[in-house]
Formats: sequence, C-alpha cells, structure tokens
Amino acid sequence: MGKLRIIGLFLFGLGFGLLVSELSMSEYQLTNRALTKAVTNPTHLELISPRVEGMLGQRFTSKTEFIRGYQKAFNAINSEFKSAGEWDRVIWTDYTFNVVKQSSTGILIDKYYGLFGLVFLMVVLGALLYIFASKLARPPGIDHNDIFLDPMKTRGWLGIITGIGLILFYIALYWYPEYITNWVILLDPLSLALSGNEASQWFLYGFLYCVVMVVMGIRMILKYRHNKYQLIRTFSVIFFQISFAFLLPEILVRLNQPYYDFKNIWPLDYDFFFDWNMNHLLASGGLGLFMLVWGIVLFAVSVPILVYFYGKRWYCSWVCGCGGLAETLGDPFRQLSDKSLKAWKFERISVHLVLVFAVLMTGMTLYSFFSGDTEVFGVSTYNVQKSYGFLIGAVFSGVVGTGFYPIMGNRVWCRFGCPLAAYMGMIQKFKSRFRITTNGGQCISCGNCSTYCEMGIDVRWYAQRGQNIVRSSCVGCGICSAVCPRGVLNLENGPEKGRINDNPIIIGQKHAFLDLK
Amino acid sequence: MYFGAGLCINKDIVTTKPFLSLPELMGNKTEHIVIIGNGISGTTAARHIRKRNSSCIITIISSETKYFFSRTALMYVYMGHMKFEHTKPYEDSFWPKNRIDLVYGHVNQIDFGKKILKIDNNEEIMYDKLILALGSVPNKFGWPGQDLKGVQGLYSCQDLMLMETNTDGIEHAVVVGGGLIGIEMAEMLSSRGIKTTMLVREARFWGNILPEQESKLIERHIISHGIDLKLNHSLKEIKSNGANRVGSILTESGEVINCEFVGLTIGVRPNVDFLRGSGLEVNKGVVVNKFLETNQPNVYALGDCAEFKEAPSGRKNIEQVWYTGRMMGETLAKTITTSKTAYQPGNWFNSAKFFDIEYQTYGRVGNKLHEGESDFYWENIDGNKSLRIVYNSDSEAVIGINVFGIRLRHEVIDRWLTEKKKVKEVVGEWNNINFDPEFFKRYEKEIAHEFAEHFGISFNIKPKNWKSILNLVS
Repeated sequence: MGKLRIIGLFLFGLGFGLLVSELSMSEYQLTNRALTKAVTNPTHLELISPRVEGMLGQRFTSKTEFIRGYQKAFNAINSEFKSAGEWDRVIWTDYTFNVVKQSSTGILIDKYYGLFGLVFLMVVLGALLYIFASKLARPPGIDHNDIFLDPMKTRGWLGIITGIGLILFYIALYWYPEYITNWVILLDPLSLALSGNEASQWFLYGFLYCVVMVVMGIRMILKYRHNKYQLIRTFSVIFFQISFAFLLPEILVRLNQPYYDFKNIWPLDYDFFFDWNMNHLLASGGLGLFMLVWGIVLFAVSVPILVYFYGKRWYCSWVCGCGGLAETLGDPFRQLSDKSLKAWKFERISVHLVLVFAVLMTGMTLYSFFSGDTEVFGVSTYNVQKSYGFLIGAVFSGVVGTGFYPIMGNRVWCRFGCPLAAYMGMIQKFKSRFRITTNGGQCISCGNCSTYCEMGIDVRWYAQRGQNIVRSSCVGCGICSAVCPRGVLNLENGPEKGRINDNPIIIGQKHAFLDLK
Repeated sequence: MYFGAGLCINKDIVTTKPFLSLPELMGNKTEHIVIIGNGISGTTAARHIRKRNSSCIITIISSETKYFFSRTALMYVYMGHMKFEHTKPYEDSFWPKNRIDLVYGHVNQIDFGKKILKIDNNEEIMYDKLILALGSVPNKFGWPGQDLKGVQGLYSCQDLMLMETNTDGIEHAVVVGGGLIGIEMAEMLSSRGIKTTMLVREARFWGNILPEQESKLIERHIISHGIDLKLNHSLKEIKSNGANRVGSILTESGEVINCEFVGLTIGVRPNVDFLRGSGLEVNKGVVVNKFLETNQPNVYALGDCAEFKEAPSGRKNIEQVWYTGRMMGETLAKTITTSKTAYQPGNWFNSAKFFDIEYQTYGRVGNKLHEGESDFYWENIDGNKSLRIVYNSDSEAVIGINVFGIRLRHEVIDRWLTEKKKVKEVVGEWNNINFDPEFFKRYEKEIAHEFAEHFGISFNIKPKNWKSILNLVS
C-alpha cells in the first residue's frame, strides 16, 4: 500500500508539473482567419484588423510579448475614441482571450496535443491511486490519524503553497484567462461535442470542477465507506454538479436554448434578474419562460418548504456546487475553520451584510428593468451590479472562497459570504424541523465535533450541556455525528416541539439538574 | 472587586439570584470557595456554583494544566486528530468572564484547622470552603523494572507528553491490562505504526465488565487492527536494555517479548497519598458521606478521588467515570449554594469506543447473569454489532442494555429503566430508540426474527414514528 501511494503521488506530481509547464509551450501567430474567429463583432473586426496588420504572419514564442503586442494595438483604437469623446464607439469587449486562443500554434498544438490528454489522465489516475492506497490502508472507520501533523492540513508549507496555487488559478480564470488558453484548447473537442461551441475558460472551469469533485468525492466515499449518510450525500453532490451544473446547460445551448443551471438559486445566482438574463429568458419561448418561473419558485417557495422539512442541508451539502466542492476537495481542510466566539460574531455580520447587498442590488436591478431608469436615487444600477460581481461574485466566492480552503477551512464562502445560506439560515433557525439532537448525558466534551465542524460551530458547547444544536449556519454535513466517539449527535428532522431547549437537563441524576447557561 | 456582582448582567451566567440576597446586603463577607483539581468534577462544581451564586469568589487550583481540558480526549491529541487546544471545552475568556480564578500550581499541604493551603511550598491561599477534586493516578503493582524509562501509565496531560517522548521512533510496545485505557493506548500506538502487544491477564477482554460474547466481538476487532492480543498472559517482570530503559518484558508463563515501551493500564486509584495523616479521613479515596462531605468541616471531595462511606444503592464506593464526576459536581454546587443535597445518581450509563466500534451501556449488564435475570442477545452476521438486553426473568422488566456498533436514544432508555418497561415493548420500539444516523441499516428484521425465536412468539418491530418518540420522552 505504501508503495502504491508513492507511485500515485509521483504520477500525480509529474503529470501536474507537465500540465502547468504546458501553459507556456506554444507559439503564437496571428492570421486573418484567427482574427475573424476571435473577433465576433464585424464592426470591431474592421477596426482591429488594420491595427494588428504588422503582427500578421509573425511568429511569437513568448506569450506575454504576443499579448502585449495585441493589446497595444487594441488600446490605441480605444484611446483615440476616448480622446475624441466618441464614447459610443469605444470597444468594451475584451477579445484578448479569443485572439490568443485562435492564434496558438506550434508543433505541440498542431501535432502532439493529444498527448496532453494522456498526461491529464495520468494526473487523475495518479491521484486516484494515491487515494485508494491511503484510504484502504486502514479498516473502515474514522480516518483522522496525523491530520494535525500534516503540513497540508494545518496551514503548513504545503497548505500555503496549495492556497497560493488556487488563488493564482482563480485570478487567471477571472481576469487573465488569456494565460490559460492552452488548457482551454485541450477541451475544445469535448465542448464541441456537447454544445457545438469551442471551449471557453468557463467550460474549462466547469470541467475541472467536475473532475476534482469526482476524484475527491471518491476519496470522501472511501474515507466514509462505513457511513451511509456520507456516501449518499457525496453521490448526490457529484450527481448535481455533473448533470445539472455541467452537462445540462451545455446541452441546452446545443438545442438553442438558454444556458441554465436548474439548481442555481437566487441570491447565490446573483445575476438571475439582470436585464440580459431576463431578456434572454423572455426571448427564448416557452422553455425560457419556464426557467424564469422555475427560478422564482425555487427561492420563493421550494427553499422555505424544503428548509422547513429538512434544514438547509438539502441544498448546502446535497445539491449546491459550492457546497459540493467544499465537501469533496475541501474535506481535508474542514478542521481549519475558526471556532472562536469572535469568528461567530463576525460571521453573523458579514453573511447578512452580503444578503442585504444582494437584495438591494436585485431591487435596483428590477426597478431599472421595469422603469427603464438606469439609476436609483442617483446611483447607477450597472455600477452596483458590477461591484457586486467583482467583490462578491469573483473575489469573495471564488478567490477567497476556494483559494482560502487551506488557510481558513473549506466553507469560508458558505459561512461568511453566501447570501442564499444566510436566507436559508434564518428559516432553519426560526421555522424548521431540522436539528442536531444531543443524546442525553453521553457527551465527554472531547471536542472532535467542534474540531471537524467546517462551519466553525462550537458543537461541543451545546452537546456537553445536553442541548440540541439549532444553528442557522449548520449545513448538515453530518461529520460531527460521524466523528463523535460516544454516539451523542444525530441529524434529525422531527417535530418542532422540543427542538429548541434553552435550559436542557443533562441525564444522569435521579432528580433533574438544569444546566443553565 | 466582586462587590455588586450579583447585579452584573452576563449572558453566560444565568444566576438563580438576580439580586443580592439579604445577608449579602447586610454586609456578610464574600465567601471564598477553593477547588483543587480542574477536571470535569472540579470544573462542573465551579460552573454550577457560579450559576447559583454570583457573589462568591471561586478559585480552581491545578498543577496539571491551567485550563480545563477533556481528559478522555488526550488519546486524540496523540493520534493527531486534534491539538491540545481543541480539547479545552471552554475558550480561555470563559473563566474571567465567569469570574472563576485559575491558579496553576501544586498544592503540597493543607491545614484544615486554619483553612490554609500551601501551593508549591510557598504561596498560601485561605479558603472558606474547600472542594477536593484530585482525580486519580495510574496503578503500579510493584513489578520489577516498573520504574525503568519507557514504562508508564496514562492518565494526565503530563503522562501524554511523557508518552510522546517515550514512544518517539520506537518499533514495538507492550500494553499491560485489558480495560478501557489499555485499548485506548493500543489504538494510540498502532496509529503511529508501532507494533503493539496487549497482555490481558483474564481469559477475555474486559472480562470483569463485559459478557463473553461482547468480549469476543471486541477481541476480533482488536486483532483485525493488527494488535497482538495475548489473553491469559500476565506480566512478571520488565527488563532493562542495559541503559536504564525497558528492553523486554517477561510474562508469567516465561515468554520474553522485546519492546521499547510498556504501557501499564491496570486501572487507576485516587490521587490522595499526600493527604494521608493530614487529619482528613482517607481510605482508598477521600471518605465522604452522601452529601460529599468529608470528616473536616467545610471540606468536600468528589469525582475520582471520592470514596463513599456508603455507596449509593446499586453503585460502587468509588466510581471513576466522566459522567459521575460531572453529576457529583452538579450536586455539590447545589449543596454549597442553595440546599443540602444528597448525591443520587440515576440509572447507570456509560460509553466508550474500541477502535472503530462504539459501545453504549444503560442500566446494569453484568459480565454474567445474576440470579433471577435472563437476557436476549443479537449479533449481526459480520460480528461487529450487537445488542444485549438483560431483564427480570419473572416480570420481564428491563434491567440493562448493551449495544456495540449501534447508538441508542439515552433519554428514552433512561426513562424505561426507571419505569421498568418490559423487554418485548422495548424491542418493539427498536426503530424509535435507535439513534444511528439517517440511512444506517437498522437491522429491525434480523432483531425481530431473533427475538421471536428467543421467546417462541411471533413478533414485529414498529416503524419509526416521531409521535411515539415524543410520547416516550415527554
């Protein structure tokens, strides 16, 4: 087993290194054909073409040089328009990614590209080999030995490097996709087969998301092979990611229907009510209209009902994509969440602030949509949308949300930022059947539950005083119950009566002894 | 400093006395309650005293750690599941907030007449009331070589740190004793890849507590985790490697086992030796009456170190368990602050985890049946889950339940034991008393089948029903 682990790690490391170095392994040559494919707007094409004539046919070995050359030419057009005050002629679309992608060439791209598919496969198989060898090395049961000695899982050097790597990836994905074109090109065949379009950086992201969730989901399944709740839950998040989040939207595009993720719910899906999305849905016939209604019914009716019956876990740790990644890729980092009272106080403010921000922004969006007025009380709706998209949509949920897994635990976004989690949390706290039941007086205050709570809930605080855990942030992952060595905790949906007990009685004595706060 | 604290509004203390009481207003001196020992017993006493009385001064003295930690969690620190920080049930700010002073020091001497403690042979502290929550120390039975380097028991935080050094880089260890700490130690050692031999004097694991089938179940599990389990083996001698460190052990049967570490886990005894001859009545532990009072006025003892002159009915004189320590703390706090209250433990319960198999027990299940008792036993095909119900042969009232690999709802069982529910009714409600997580196999068919055969009746287990559960407990 030990040897297999090392082989797996070696294959993974080697392949990963090759994939990263492959990012810089092309040459770039701008052709008219490439330009026509990249710049989809004919007016823009006409403007850009003459400016980049000097680059045509020239072979660049350096990507940065190529990008610099193109952007210099492109920016010249815009600065002329701007200085002439011709704002309506300024080109706001950034074609850099497309231009780079279409201009990529070289012996690697043209002839041996398929090899990198094999390298990618090697990375996946290497990871799986490592996972199988590690997880099957011990009998089924809680597998937490040496976690706090592991430099990956305790903010050690490995964790820091991983965090930096993830953050860099997200920065490239959101703001500099032209630097990861070589990976996107690799997925063109798959994307063409699914939607009929070439792959974009978002297709790459969706694909990697699925692969990572499958690989790390298999890890989760092996780790918790003794726990059926964890097994079913893990299957569920993987299923929803692959089918609802990844495949279905692509297939819809192929069928000339709007790209739509049926399980993404406003306000997490913050641009659902944006005019471009509404217009697109409204212009897409019956199915488009259905999608619009579906989206509204989801957050207005289904969410409250399902949270009432099952708690917010039905979404957060069974369906949601963010949650899905947190429960698979993020599982090794769950113990890093901050359990202090301070963190709880901060969390309550920040998560609800984001909800307020989302609601206000959506309110402005709808006002502008129906009234046609682009401003609300003198504030530009577009600017508010844009800052939400940047601050919350990209920086918080992406860069911080995932990039900080190895630093602050795997639910940073869900805990401190997700507006949908905040909304569901309120229902879960005040009107729900869900609770974590504390089993009488069996708690020994060991702290496993609190340590492994990814949401930073001090579960033990409640358990040791015999009190049920009813907390708005609980995503119902069930790990506290799994790691409890005394069988104290159980996730249950039951009658509201007796769900909250502020003055619990700890069983043990003949006569009741209240454990007051 | 503490004046007027009764009016202080603190969200973590709900006092039963929101306003100063009459004697306090009349200027009575603030009482100083000193607790020696910050384990679960001493800490619970302190917390509950503070809840019931907001004006007294509370000081906890411990030379083990400054802050309360969960002793039962020490193993997880060694195995890397947690850091020591995680074993602290309360944040450090909890103590000043609740005005419980913590003193990190060792009490060497107590002058009961003058009501003075001496800490580290130097600082003196006066008390009005003294609570002894001294805990235990591991037993050693005078084996040759028991003081060699690499030989130790496991109870305290210091023991854990010692074990960390003693087992650093070693390959083979021997654990002597087949009880709860023994199996914990075996699990700890094997988590580091150390080849471990367990010496158990009895013919089966934890034989003085568990019935035979449960012993066998756990023995199989121990072996499946790669432990070399040697039943019917006793330690005779621990031999040095020539450098004052253990090199091997010799068993009574003459077998030599090479090892670099020996864990002595043959039970613990009350940590009371320093009090012998001080005027306090000490037998095995500090002798107390049912109010946890010692022979010295205003001095109480509880938890592991307390020995009841008269054991509560059906219980032992000394009970060294987390839960009993907690309950004694609750009781004593009431006696000290409000009204004199006898320690009256309810139905017995306990739990443990043997590697990956959880164990819960409720009521009394002996290692063999007593007269007038019958039992029902079921085990799954894989032999890693079991249920045993002991009941009165005549009335069929349930006396005790053991489960392995299955969780039960404490609240319901506790009530039924008090109500002397009949065994048929208990098993019939299996789905309602089962506390395993959702989607877990409940084995209700298998259990019903076994039960029907056992009693020669046709028998069914009811489906789970929340209304019944609520009725069962309300």
